[in-house]
Amino acid sequence: MKHTISVLVENHAGVLARVAGLFARRGFNIDSLAVGVTDDENISRITIIADGTEHTLEQIEKQLNKLIDVIKVRHFDSTELLTRELVLIKIACQPSQRAEVIALAEIVKAKISDITVNTMTLELSDQVQKIKNFEEMLRPYGIKEVVRTGSIAMQKGGVSMRL
Amino acid sequence: MAERMTVAKAMTEALKAEGITTVFGYPGAAICPFYDEMLKGGIRHILVRHEVNAGHAASGYARMTGRPAVAVATSGPGATNLITAIATAYMDSIPMVLITGQVSSDMIGRDVFQEADITGAAEPFVKHSYLVKDPKDTAVVFKNAFYIAGSGRPGPVLIDMPFDIQKAEIDFEYPETVNIRSYKPSVEGNKLQIKRAIAAIEKSERPLICAGGGLFTANAADLMCEFAERTNIPVVNTMMGLGSISSEHPLFIGMIGMHGTPTANYAINHCDLLILLGARVGDRAVTAINRLEGVNVIHIDVDPAEIGKNLPVTTPVVGDLKNILTQLLSLAQNYDHYEWIQTLNAKKAEQVRPPRQIKQGCADPKEFIRILSEKLPENAVVCADVGQNQIWTCANIALKKGGRLLTSGGMGTMGYSVPAAEGAKAAMPDRTVVAVCGDGSFQMEFMELATLVQHNINVKIIVMANNRLGMVREVQTNAYGDRQTAVALDGSPDFVKLAQAYGIPAERVTDTLEAEKAIDALISSDGCYLLEVRVDEDENTII
Repeated sequence: MKHTISVLVENHAGVLARVAGLFARRGFNIDSLAVGVTDDENISRITIIADGTEHTLEQIEKQLNKLIDVIKVRHFDSTELLTRELVLIKIACQPSQRAEVIALAEIVKAKISDITVNTMTLELSDQVQKIKNFEEMLRPYGIKEVVRTGSIAMQKGGVSMRL
Repeated sequence: MAERMTVAKAMTEALKAEGITTVFGYPGAAICPFYDEMLKGGIRHILVRHEVNAGHAASGYARMTGRPAVAVATSGPGATNLITAIATAYMDSIPMVLITGQVSSDMIGRDVFQEADITGAAEPFVKHSYLVKDPKDTAVVFKNAFYIAGSGRPGPVLIDMPFDIQKAEIDFEYPETVNIRSYKPSVEGNKLQIKRAIAAIEKSERPLICAGGGLFTANAADLMCEFAERTNIPVVNTMMGLGSISSEHPLFIGMIGMHGTPTANYAINHCDLLILLGARVGDRAVTAINRLEGVNVIHIDVDPAEIGKNLPVTTPVVGDLKNILTQLLSLAQNYDHYEWIQTLNAKKAEQVRPPRQIKQGCADPKEFIRILSEKLPENAVVCADVGQNQIWTCANIALKKGGRLLTSGGMGTMGYSVPAAEGAKAAMPDRTVVAVCGDGSFQMEFMELATLVQHNINVKIIVMANNRLGMVREVQTNAYGDRQTAVALDGSPDFVKLAQAYGIPAERVTDTLEAEKAIDALISSDGCYLLEVRVDEDENTII
């Protein structure tokens, strides 16, 4: 089962290595990991999508909490979560194909971020499944490159995860 | 009042503020500024003969004092040589602060001479680590390191100090208090959980206390005995918990586990309530987890991650064992478990060793340990190495009141006993300290004989010599058709002559009948003493 875990950590050098190392050596599987600074520049937020049983999830939380640089750990049900991932997809696109790619982008609210004579780069921010669907739609044109950020997540409603 | 000084001096002042009088180490260029200040500051430095032994000696020292002990090494290979000791301490939750020299900060990452990323390399085995990049952080790093190492579930903390940082000048003032926002270990047990635990004990007919190494960490062994006596609950020990209850105590059943006593394992498999106190349910301790299905388990530990990790728990209690046992004692009544205790005592009585024929020229190592137990004074410290010698010792030693057994329980690190004994004796010069090792493990640590002699640390050493890596030999005999490979220790020196070469008196025991006299000589000698006990190469680990 997929779990979304948000971790507030001290914004030091080496903290990400400690978190990633813990997953590796305890045999926890990471599907995606995204990290960035919060509104407090001393604190970073890591969003981890991990796979495992409830027991594994409990151990992940407890072991993360043991790291001295980890300030707070939360896991969320997918129903209470707002998740987003950003993707950049570069495809082969001849001038004759542009119109239909633009139409496709409009349907999913993707942006055209860059264009050359025979390529087009599209940008989409959405849930993981929708990003995968979009990638499939573009595959027939010839995908030249894909970059994804990994999911970030935030709780819906008025509650917030802060210190 | 802040005072202007070099970081190297500040490091020394920090050690003094933490009450550190003795450190174990091995110098090198990158740590020289600190060594110079330690000398000026009057800190006793014990020069080990390999860095790993600085770590193990600090471990022995820390286990005796209950406070973080210090090991120091230089950059690169000095630091990497510490890693096995760090990992050993981490597995057994030993408080320790390790200080390593590092190449100058502007050189880091350029693969210069004796450079190693030690904070990176040691990361899986430390409770926390620091690479100091700003000299101004020195005071807080040291304060935090000692606090983290010694509080909650203790463990090793590493401080990596670049050469240029050690020489930098700072305004130094050691902080009085610690405030780490992300580290607040739970100390008090949850009151509701304590009540639940008592309710479970009241209902139980066959309760059992499994006492682990955490009792020493929390300095709660006496309270545990008081709790067991009040509630009439029998006690088994994990290997790390040996010594938390005297072997002569009527409620003591024995050591559990793969190499434990049959009665102790029977007790684990037949109790209806298991009370785990500072024990982490290691795979060698509780070998048949599935037999515990349906058994009520109260797990009391300072580390929440240990609760439920290896065994489903019905009543988890997180906190310091001393506090929790005090809380439990305030509610616990006298309960009657006469039948259950009788059953266990009857099993224990059946547990008689069949008479065995010992090969000519050899002593019985198990009987030897039993004789040693009788002869040792109260408060004696026995350090067991790893291999058959560890099990012979742990399964047969009967510790008197205040006795301690130090061994590498989790990691199973060969070469632990002599340096650990060195540290224990340095911490407790008035107590008898004995290291028991095999001829395999001894050859990983005998360079420390020089340290013992140089620093006048009076350790008694027993080498169980069967010319085999006996435990591996046994595995090969039982599981690989007795195809023995790489287990013969041919080429080993004469250990008596070896000890004598260091100026240490020594003798050889070739018959169990000689044991008594030899042990008397060992214990009554003024300085170090070594006994080489010849053991049959086919000697088994258990029975």
